[in-house]
Amino acid sequence: MARRLPAVDIVIVGMGWTGGIAARELGPTGLKICVLERGGPRSTEEDFSIPTIRDELRFAQRHDLMADTAKDTVTVRNTLAETALPMRRLGSFLPGEGVGGAGVHWNGTTWRWGDNDLKVRSRTEAAHGRGFIPKDMPLRDWGVSYAELEPYYDRFEYVAGVSGKAGNLQGKIQPDGNPFEAPRARDYPLPPLVESYGAAKFAKVASEMGYHPFLRPAANASKPYVNPDGARLGQCQYCGFCERFGCESNAKGSPHITVIPTALKNPNVELRTWSWVQKVMLDKAGKKATGVAYVNVLTGEELEQPADLVLLCAYGLSNVHLMLLSGIGRPYDPLTGRGVVGSHYAYQGGAGMQLFFEGESFNPFIATGGGGTLIDDFHLDPHFDRGPLGYIGGYTVAVGSPSGRPISYRPTPPGTPRWGSEWKRSTAKWYQSTLSIGASGAVMPNRGNYLDLDPTYRNRFGQPLMRMTFDFKDNDVRLGRHAAEVCGAIGKAMKPSILGQPAFRTNWSVVPYQSTHNTGGAIMGAEPGTSAVNTWLQSWDVTNVFVLGASAFPHNSAYNPTGPVAALAFRTAGAIRDRYLKRPGMLT
Amino acid sequence: MSAGAIAGAAAAPTAQAQPSAGPAPGVAPAAAAPAPAGYEFLKPAEAAFVEAVANHMIPADELTPGGVDLGVALYVDRALAGGWGKGERLYVQGPWAQGTANQGYQLALTPAELYRAGVAQSNAYCRKTWGRSFDRLSDNQKEDFLQGLSRGQVALPGGLPAAAFFDIVYQTVMEGMFADPIYGGNRGKAAWKMIGFPGVMANNAANARAYRDGRRLQAKPLSIADMS
Repeated sequence: MARRLPAVDIVIVGMGWTGGIAARELGPTGLKICVLERGGPRSTEEDFSIPTIRDELRFAQRHDLMADTAKDTVTVRNTLAETALPMRRLGSFLPGEGVGGAGVHWNGTTWRWGDNDLKVRSRTEAAHGRGFIPKDMPLRDWGVSYAELEPYYDRFEYVAGVSGKAGNLQGKIQPDGNPFEAPRARDYPLPPLVESYGAAKFAKVASEMGYHPFLRPAANASKPYVNPDGARLGQCQYCGFCERFGCESNAKGSPHITVIPTALKNPNVELRTWSWVQKVMLDKAGKKATGVAYVNVLTGEELEQPADLVLLCAYGLSNVHLMLLSGIGRPYDPLTGRGVVGSHYAYQGGAGMQLFFEGESFNPFIATGGGGTLIDDFHLDPHFDRGPLGYIGGYTVAVGSPSGRPISYRPTPPGTPRWGSEWKRSTAKWYQSTLSIGASGAVMPNRGNYLDLDPTYRNRFGQPLMRMTFDFKDNDVRLGRHAAEVCGAIGKAMKPSILGQPAFRTNWSVVPYQSTHNTGGAIMGAEPGTSAVNTWLQSWDVTNVFVLGASAFPHNSAYNPTGPVAALAFRTAGAIRDRYLKRPGMLT
Repeated sequence: MSAGAIAGAAAAPTAQAQPSAGPAPGVAPAAAAPAPAGYEFLKPAEAAFVEAVANHMIPADELTPGGVDLGVALYVDRALAGGWGKGERLYVQGPWAQGTANQGYQLALTPAELYRAGVAQSNAYCRKTWGRSFDRLSDNQKEDFLQGLSRGQVALPGGLPAAAFFDIVYQTVMEGMFADPIYGGNRGKAAWKMIGFPGVMANNAANARAYRDGRRLQAKPLSIADMS
């Protein structure tokens, strides 16, 4: 029998970016707020200090900072016809665990998703007609506009210390920025990161080809920085141990050094680590949440935390899992198309290739997390005509930071043996002299891609695992093929000694790392019945539950998701503070 | 010949640039002692197999010492004896099914168990095919076997999927070669010197500005032990 704890006003599930933002915004209300984090505490001093943090084996290969699949994982399959099997270890994507969540080990790339994404359905229909949208693609507008999100994007960029260069200041196009971006009220808080030799090489050729390269915005501080809450960030040291690691310099905008300590200055905000939430408790009618049930992982004790308001702020996939386990919203059924929770699961695609430049040195270990040079011509450019190409969405093309960590980064030209003296000579020769071009591609929703509860496998706490049914569909494959062609054309124009073969994925495997940009499953929208949460991320079915995170995305963009994840979290937290708490009920 | 000289540019500083057989030579005074010799997990026939694979995949040449002298077999032993080898972070609940390649690893074996079974079955296969265990094969025979294993073309007698065994062997050999020396491999940072990886960089911001011209950064590699 679970022990019932004294009630609080608000319970927040998960202490990463969204939980930290919500706690930071709601802390000043003085309400009693309890944040439950399933993993342990983290601090830069204890967890990310040099030299221990510079350990590729422990952090990059063995996933020390990430979710432990022995405790909880997902089952995976490509199609409904297959039997899903457990993802027995991490591979394709790397959710976080512990204070800071995936915001600790992310690489910092921060985008503003614009109306090309937020209004993807209406814009596609306007440009190409309704018939252009495949019948099995439930494409949706998000129900918010870029103009509504702009102040919150701005807020996050200044909280996280994003380095970049504006391309469009209040409608005026700026040199050296992204000329296709939507207008922003002000520039980034920090100037761009240093462009590497390899990225500059890419930029030169891309410019000559008529494209518009710019430096990718990243929450890797190009200079020491104090954010508006007084959090101090150090300067990025280009150490090459960014993504999959924590930052000893506090140069990577991360929740554990920004919003979380700011939130915890409020004595009414309490953080409980090692608290694994199992479900949201509902009243008898199933219309109102009464709190959450969780396990104190350190003691095994089952506890109930009553609360008036529940914010699900776990990793997006875990938010969907909790909704399915709790019975919030109608689960999606791919056979009938009815239900919403679990639908619109999407991932990220793209293409990539390697270029080999004999005698040149790119020093791949001089590397930031999110820095790099990128073109948006096949994503944001309003003149980019998808009509003849036959796909919806787009992709970015970039030379980023390879990081040069040698267990995983050992490029050799095609045809090189995988071991032996010839392999050693090739590895020694090309380690310094290889450049990678990568395209990050949108993935559109498909009726057959979804999340539900697995009928067979269970987690450490005896609860059903979530089942992921996903594959890249025709639209994604057409996009990937085109991205590979463009990568190949740019690569060829860069005149390498050896041109690698551009590659793109035609189906999804859980094994190789691809992207921790899992989206959808609890999507936002302006209408109940076709979305799980409203545009304030409030459950249509249980109005005192809000669900924050990329679970709300109705599709996945070419862009990295943290910008809109954080902007939507700020917007939701503000709406709760300013409107919901004064008059609890459905926000409109 | 020093490792640094091969990489196509000037050699690394001489104090640390002489990888050779035997316990880490020329290690800076600050460095910790190499991991103690002696195997914790590997049984004699397993040790012979792992040593033979390490030396075959990483032959001694002008670039580095052979795999065993590099500490790769020791690395594999420690990895299998430790938490990872015992299945840490591995979801090990059934039911079990082979699944598709896209569904990833689906064997009911921890890495240590997979290694143990894989070595036994590999040696049985080699004895049946060539009359001797893997470690006693000729170089050409070893190459044939490993190629077949890597392509899943070798039918191991106990039914273990060849590619799954190969994957873990290859992964651990590469980890042992390139991981920080704190784990017992990459002795003398020889693999890092081979490619020019500087190891634990604390401050690289000035280098980011200085090396925007295609020049090679020459740095004496630093390991975790060097910085501790």
